[in-house]
Amino acid sequence: MQPDGIARDLEEAIDEKSSSPAAAFIAGAKAIVPVLLALLPFGLAFGATATGSGLSAVEALGMSVFVFAGAAQLAAVPLLSAGASVAIVLLTVLVVNLRLTLYSASLAPHFGRLPAGWKGLLAYLLTDQAYAATITPFDEGERNEPDKRWYYLGVALAIWVTWQAATVSGVVLGAWASEGWSLDFVLPLIFIAAAVPAIKDRATGAASLSAGIAALFCATLPLNLGLITAALAGVLGGLVAELVFERGQK
Amino acid sequence: MSTLTLWLAVAGAGAITFALRLSFIALLGRIEIPPLLGSALRFVPAAVFTAVVIPLLFYVNGAVEVSIGNERLLAGIAAVLIAWRTRSVPLTLVGGMATLWALQAIGLGP
Repeated sequence: MQPDGIARDLEEAIDEKSSSPAAAFIAGAKAIVPVLLALLPFGLAFGATATGSGLSAVEALGMSVFVFAGAAQLAAVPLLSAGASVAIVLLTVLVVNLRLTLYSASLAPHFGRLPAGWKGLLAYLLTDQAYAATITPFDEGERNEPDKRWYYLGVALAIWVTWQAATVSGVVLGAWASEGWSLDFVLPLIFIAAAVPAIKDRATGAASLSAGIAALFCATLPLNLGLITAALAGVLGGLVAELVFERGQK
Repeated sequence: MSTLTLWLAVAGAGAITFALRLSFIALLGRIEIPPLLGSALRFVPAAVFTAVVIPLLFYVNGAVEVSIGNERLLAGIAAVLIAWRTRSVPLTLVGGMATLWALQAIGLGP
């Protein structure tokens, strides 16, 4: 056999391999590794603050499995420990997680022809990170139809496993740390680390500022309505600022 | 909060979150996101994160405390500066905790 014949065979073999479900799954899991490292502190912080706020290990892990949404879980912890009603917790989770509908809409065309079971599984695993890692290769046509689900599954399952492992580690850390360490301070710190990059322009800055001022005055509202009120005030502030700045440009 | 109430909240939060995730994947193009909701969603992260942080920094024993004795406020400001300069989550956590511990050790508080 000629050398370039071997090379062609090898190329075909690699091509065939890269379109198999297992290869697509592994490619997805590999692509997400750097993001997993950034995800760890959030999972650790959730596990530690949940334990510090009086949740049991099973309850903390239960939240990570059932809800599987970092920002909403972290926002719910102070509400739960303050004894907020179920309705307030659910309303907060709804507002914090509304953005997931945007990702759902954006990914929908790529999952359109899948059976209902697949759709349910892929939807359950939908997170900021899974969306960010898959939408660009999908939209640019880098992955063909049967590959997409497996690539997405590789990305999303790696995130899921990391999140659960980080939660458990955080619970262990939180239970082991003494109260004198003020480990509950990790909660505001993790939100500071998330808020600063979320302020991208004047309008998002106005949203943050309005939410902050409202939070200062709303913190003592009855029924723990402070968080949700301040968050909505922030969204309103952002919308108003956007209108004002747009008008200013004309 | 009782164990039952907590699990009720967890189950409800899980159901709501799953419904939001599945929404358009299940309905595929049959409904559209209203434009106002679309632009409002852009502000949710900045608004929610700030709304969580501010009371945790400013309130001490149920009252607003803006003074050099409020160690959490000072450590929080340090963390904002670190987050802004480095954009690093681990550095923000370590820097914020270290600042808090240092301030507690110095003991400027009452």
